[in-house]
Amino acid sequence: MEENKTKPGLFEKGGKLFFLHSTVDAFETFLRVPATVTRKGAHVRDAIDLKRVMIMVVIALIPAALFGIYNAGYQTALSTGADWGFWEIIWEGFLMVLPLFIVSYVVGLAIEFADAQIKGEELNEGYLVTGFLIPLIVPVNTPLWMLAVAVAFAVIFGKCVFGGTGMNIWNPALLARAFLFFSYPSSMSGSGEVWINLGGKAAVDGFTGATPLAIASDGGFDAAAGSIGSYSFADLFYGFIPGSVGETSVVAILLGALLLVWCGVASWKIMVSSLAGGLLVGWLGYLGGATDLPCYYQLVLGGFLFGSVFMATDPVTSAQTECGKWIYGFLVGALAVTVRLWNPGYAEGMMLAILLMNTMAPLIDHCVVSRAIKARNKRIRTA
Amino acid sequence: MSNNIHLKKGLDIPIQGVAAQKTVKTVVPTTVAVKPTDFKGLVPRLLVKEGDPVLAGSPLMADKAHPEILLTSPVSGTVAQIVRGEKRKLLAVVIQADDKKEAVDFGARKIASLSDAEVRELLLKSGLWVSLVQRPYGILADPALRPKSVFVSAFNTAPLAADYDYTLAADVQYVQAGVDVLGKLTDGGVHFSIGERTACSTPFHKIENVISHVVSGPHPAGNVGVQISHIAPIQKGETVWTVSLPLLAAIGKLFATGKLDLSRKIAVTGPAVKDPSYVAALPGTPVREIVTPDENVRIIGGNVLTGETLSADGWLGFFQDQVTLLHEGNKKEWFGWAKPFRPKLFSSSACYFSWLTPRKKYDMDTNLHGGPRAFVQTKCFEDVTPIEIFPIYLIKACLAKDIEKMEQFGIYEVLPEDLALCDYVDPSKNDIQAILAEGIDYMIKEMA
Repeated sequence: MEENKTKPGLFEKGGKLFFLHSTVDAFETFLRVPATVTRKGAHVRDAIDLKRVMIMVVIALIPAALFGIYNAGYQTALSTGADWGFWEIIWEGFLMVLPLFIVSYVVGLAIEFADAQIKGEELNEGYLVTGFLIPLIVPVNTPLWMLAVAVAFAVIFGKCVFGGTGMNIWNPALLARAFLFFSYPSSMSGSGEVWINLGGKAAVDGFTGATPLAIASDGGFDAAAGSIGSYSFADLFYGFIPGSVGETSVVAILLGALLLVWCGVASWKIMVSSLAGGLLVGWLGYLGGATDLPCYYQLVLGGFLFGSVFMATDPVTSAQTECGKWIYGFLVGALAVTVRLWNPGYAEGMMLAILLMNTMAPLIDHCVVSRAIKARNKRIRTA
Repeated sequence: MSNNIHLKKGLDIPIQGVAAQKTVKTVVPTTVAVKPTDFKGLVPRLLVKEGDPVLAGSPLMADKAHPEILLTSPVSGTVAQIVRGEKRKLLAVVIQADDKKEAVDFGARKIASLSDAEVRELLLKSGLWVSLVQRPYGILADPALRPKSVFVSAFNTAPLAADYDYTLAADVQYVQAGVDVLGKLTDGGVHFSIGERTACSTPFHKIENVISHVVSGPHPAGNVGVQISHIAPIQKGETVWTVSLPLLAAIGKLFATGKLDLSRKIAVTGPAVKDPSYVAALPGTPVREIVTPDENVRIIGGNVLTGETLSADGWLGFFQDQVTLLHEGNKKEWFGWAKPFRPKLFSSSACYFSWLTPRKKYDMDTNLHGGPRAFVQTKCFEDVTPIEIFPIYLIKACLAKDIEKMEQFGIYEVLPEDLALCDYVDPSKNDIQAILAEGIDYMIKEMA
């Protein structure tokens, strides 16, 4: 049926609806693998394509997203004292998180479509992932207009100006987060209602809305009980804490990490070295008295694990050499915890650490490649 | 002296249609074409005109830069047609074969007493000089050069490739003669690699006067370029020559019998072939006399990774000992990438489930399975490139036409065939071999 709709001149060059051709192409290739055959080079090709790679990342994010939905409702129930059952919590959480996804995809995809149309290129599928990541790394109560502005900024200045997916220097989702963080600092950080949607109801006594990370940096760690404020280590691990939508549950993130590593979509080297870097600096800080938190708390707090698994491993903006990945990941983890412990201005350092290392990744690769080439040339000459 | 090389990186593509070890027919071609386009770096000058009588071994064309390099006729007959393309580019000289099968007698030689100059003279005169490939760049060998060494791979790991242990089983003594001949052309000796899997059963483990190597691993372990990079990587300013095993046997035969005999066994393979097996034929045999393909089938001279698309009216190339038939994949597939299972397709990535069926062979077609994109995932290239280079950096240097970087990243060590698997695995569907080939052409132009 739609073959008849799209094939005639309507969407072709000179046709009345030519300005929509890229959009039509995008939908058609989304639904059906095109009949393109190989022209140059290898005559047969692997079944894998970027759409499949991207959808694997989205699938890996689903546990974190589902838990985020539950946790949004759960935190509201906890803070307002509402007596909700399991399904009610999920429904309320869903109603809070869904608008974030809608805004993220509608704004982002609209810009991507327009960009593809202007450049006359096929639509990049990179936004499938970016659009899913952004709602998961913002506080649940982010005003939607702020989110829309941040998404527009990230897609236009983070991606389109560089030439689209594969050409960008910084992780676009993190750029959106950074834009929010620096443009609307009063709405984005500290305590307050940004982390928990009270839905207009009064909060229970003692409600602060602060994340455990913020509580811990204010010295709220109880070493004897191993808890931060009213949150036990198990709460931190399973994720029943205030925080950005998808970043709280270690369990859900690890499930995603397993899938990504198994598929080879994300580099386990970056994940492992980032955790190692975080642990090492957390341990040094503990020894040096900069914090009373044992180092492993650094891994379960805030966006550390989510960043290590889903953001630092973006194949475009991370280091591309295998040795470079170790260095890059380690520095991401180490810097993130360094910011947490020694910078009173920011409670969370993951976002800044990853963006900084995104910037440095080409330099790391350059050093790794130059060294490898020099070493090999020397070996060959002496052999 | 024997050395072992163990390679882990690479990929054996599980495609259907491996040729059974039987020779079902011997093609006696009615016409044979000699195509100057088979030889990289050769600019042909025509030496015959239509109607001229020729023998097997008579010169047809010469290279403009090196007039001593000749292309000769593989059969006796008369020049039937000179095929030209755009701008009168010489595409082929077609010989109408007669049934006398006469060959120029170059005279059999005693190989042991031959000098370097005598070997070169006979190779040039007979038209077998062009079977030598010079690296870097994979071009016509320069007769004025003495290469560092000569490399021969005695096994084939390319998808469905002809099995030399079968096709050349009767020619072992000629391979030995060929090795002895080429040994005269270099001081560095002839490096000869056999595959580990068949190291004991192959008839070629007995070849003498070589520096032998045993190589294990998946494709491209059988590629001579990969072997060179592990034996003695090519440095700037160095030159090595390579020759394929069937042509090495032809060289041996020439010196032993004094006659040019290019007949070889051709593997007819691929998912679109009903009964994959071998046929005996000559290079330049019309495609139609080797295979009768159905509609919507692509005919590939060579293997699916590096082969050349042949028209049904075309002729087999000089270096090709395999014909692969593939169904064209010009059909759309609903929800292709979004389906959880696509059991008919193979993927080396765990994003699909073909890892569950490791022994399965697939009916692959020519569909691209996606659209071209910018580079996103790049580790996949390293996983299939068992050479100590950084493939993605080399490719980007080629795109940027940055000579210094191309040198640094190893342009001298690779030919497109060595990175052919990168074409296959790339989720961004870039034509890596084409990019590399352009980079090499650019190097040749700029370094000349």
